[in-house]
Amino acid sequence: MRRGFQVRVVGPQHWIFIPALLALAATVILATPVRLFRLPLPEPVIPMVLAFTWPLIRPSVLAPLVLALCGLFLDLLWGGPLGLWALMLLGVYGVVLMARSFIVGQETIVMSFWYAGLTVGAWTVACLLMFLRTGTMPNLLGGAVQVIVTLALFPIAAWLLERFDDGDVRFR
Amino acid sequence: MAFRDGPFENFKVPLTWTAALAVLAAAGGAAFLLISDNREDMTSDGYGGVREGFDSITAPISSVFAAPVRWTGQGSDWIVGYFNAVEENRRLKEELKRMQAVQDANIALKNLNRRYEALLQIRTEPAIQMATARAVAESRGPFVNARLIDAGTRKGIRVGNPVINEHGLVGRVVGTTTGVSRVLLLSDVASRTPVLIDRTDARAILVGDGGPNPRLEFVRGTDSVKPGDRILTSGDGGVFPRGLPVGEAARGVGGGWRVKLYADRGDVDFVRVLLFQNFDQLVDPRALNAPPLAALQAAPPPSPELAARIEAVAPARRGSEPAPVPVRPVTPAPGTTAPRPGATPPPRPASTAAAAAPRTATPPAAAPTKKATPPAAAPTKKATPPAPAPKKKASPPARRPDGTPSRPVPYNRLNPGGVP
Repeated sequence: MRRGFQVRVVGPQHWIFIPALLALAATVILATPVRLFRLPLPEPVIPMVLAFTWPLIRPSVLAPLVLALCGLFLDLLWGGPLGLWALMLLGVYGVVLMARSFIVGQETIVMSFWYAGLTVGAWTVACLLMFLRTGTMPNLLGGAVQVIVTLALFPIAAWLLERFDDGDVRFR
Repeated sequence: MAFRDGPFENFKVPLTWTAALAVLAAAGGAAFLLISDNREDMTSDGYGGVREGFDSITAPISSVFAAPVRWTGQGSDWIVGYFNAVEENRRLKEELKRMQAVQDANIALKNLNRRYEALLQIRTEPAIQMATARAVAESRGPFVNARLIDAGTRKGIRVGNPVINEHGLVGRVVGTTTGVSRVLLLSDVASRTPVLIDRTDARAILVGDGGPNPRLEFVRGTDSVKPGDRILTSGDGGVFPRGLPVGEAARGVGGGWRVKLYADRGDVDFVRVLLFQNFDQLVDPRALNAPPLAALQAAPPPSPELAARIEAVAPARRGSEPAPVPVRPVTPAPGTTAPRPGATPPPRPASTAAAAAPRTATPPAAAPTKKATPPAAAPTKKATPPAPAPKKKASPPARRPDGTPSRPVPYNRLNPGGVP
C-alpha cells in the first residue's frame, strides 16, 4: 500500500505571530525593575531579530505590519516617543528586503555582519532622531550596552533562519 | 467565472514589491506618529489617551510576568547580602558614627532655624503629603529612562509630582491613569531639572542623556562647583520643592560636570510620590481673594437693648479713662506690612461707637490687636515688658502655631482686649 506524504505547512502563525508574541513577552519580563547580583536586567531590542530574519525567510505583506505593531508596543512599554522603534524596525526590514538576494544563502558569519551593521545603523539613526527632538545627544555608553545585548541575540536570528528558511519550497 | 479564469489569470503581483509597499505604508504611519508625538511636553495632554490605556493594561500584566523575576532578584539579594554582611556591618557602623554627630548638629540648626523663621516671619511651606507606590516596569535604554508605578490619580497623583526613594530624587510623574503612573527619571534624555549646588547656592540645570550620570549644565558663577558637592533641587519654576537631595557633583570623561544620583544607591522599587503640584496649591486662593475685613461684615448690628446698655455705660467709662500712655515702639520685623492699629483710638460718642468700630479699627492680624489693648490694661502689658514679650510681638502675626492663617480680629472699642 502506498502511503501519502505528510505535508508540513508553515503558516504565518508559525513564523510571524508566535515569534512576535514571544519577543514581546520577553521584553515585558526584561522590563522588570529588579537587580540580579546588583546588576540591572539587560534591555535588548528583541524584535530587531525579527526585523532581520522575516524578510530573509520570505517577503510578506503581513510581516511589516506586525513589525510596526511590535515597534509601537516597545514605544508604549518603554514610554519613548511613539513611532521611534516602529520606524527603526521597519527601516531594518526594508533594507534587508532590498538586499535580500545578497544575503540569502550566505554563511552565518556573513549574516552576523549584516545583522550587526543594521543594528548599529538603526541605533545611530535613532540617536540622531532623539537629538533632533530633544536637543541632547543620548549617552553613547548607555546606548552601547543596549546595542551589545541586541547583537548577542544573533544566535536566535540564525536559529529562526535555519528553522523557517526552507519551510516553504515556493520561496527557496 | 472564477477570478483566475478571468482577465487577471496571468496577472501576478511580485511579492517583494507588495512587501516593500507595505513597509513604506507602515513606515509612513510610524513617521507621522513620531512627528506628532509630543511626549517631551511633559503635560497630561501630551501623554495621550493611548498611552494611558496601554499603561493601565500592561501594568497588571507586567506585574504578573515579573513575579518570578522579582523572586529571583530577592534570592540574589539574599545571597549577596549574606556574603557581604561583614563588610556592610562595618560600613554601617562607621556611617552611624558620622550620623550621630550630624544628628546633633541637625537638632541645633533646626532650633536656630525655627527662631530665625519666627523673627523674619517667613511663610514656611507646609508639609507635603506623599503617596507610596511600587515600580512594576522600567526602561533603561539610551532613549528612555522611565518607570511605571502602581499608583495613580486614585491616590491623588498628578502630572508633575516629584518622585523620591529613600536616597533622593528619582524623577517626576509624566502620565497618570487611575491606578498607574509613569515616572520620567532624571537620567532620561528629555529630563531637565533646576538644581542648586548646596555649598555655593549656585544654580544649574540637570540634563539627562540616557546615561547613569546626568549632566550639570548652565552652572552659574565661576568655580561654583567642586567634586563631591551636594546637588539639591532649587525649586525654581515651581515643579519641584526646594531642597530635595539629587546627588553629588563629579567630573565627567569629557571634562564637564556630571551628577552621581543618590537615587541609584539602591533599588528604585518602592518610591514615594510627593503630592506637590505647584506653589499655588500651598495657599488657599479664596483666602487671598477675600476682602481684608470680611470678618467685620459678619458682625451683627447691636440690638436695641444692647445699644441702650452701651449708651448707659459709656459716660462712666469715658470718665474713668486715664490719659493715653505712650507706647514703646516695637521695631517691626523686616517684611512686616501689617498696619498698626490705633493703639489709642480717640474717644467717640457712645451712640456711634458700635457703628464706627469697623471703620476705625483695622487690625489685619491677631498679634497687633494685642498692642491695641485698652488704656487701662496697656500700662501693665506694654510698660513692663517681660522677657518673652518682644518675642510675642515679633511672632508672625497672621499665622497660628500650626501654620494656618488666623482670622483677623476686629477691633472693638468696648471690648478692646477681646475678652469674651
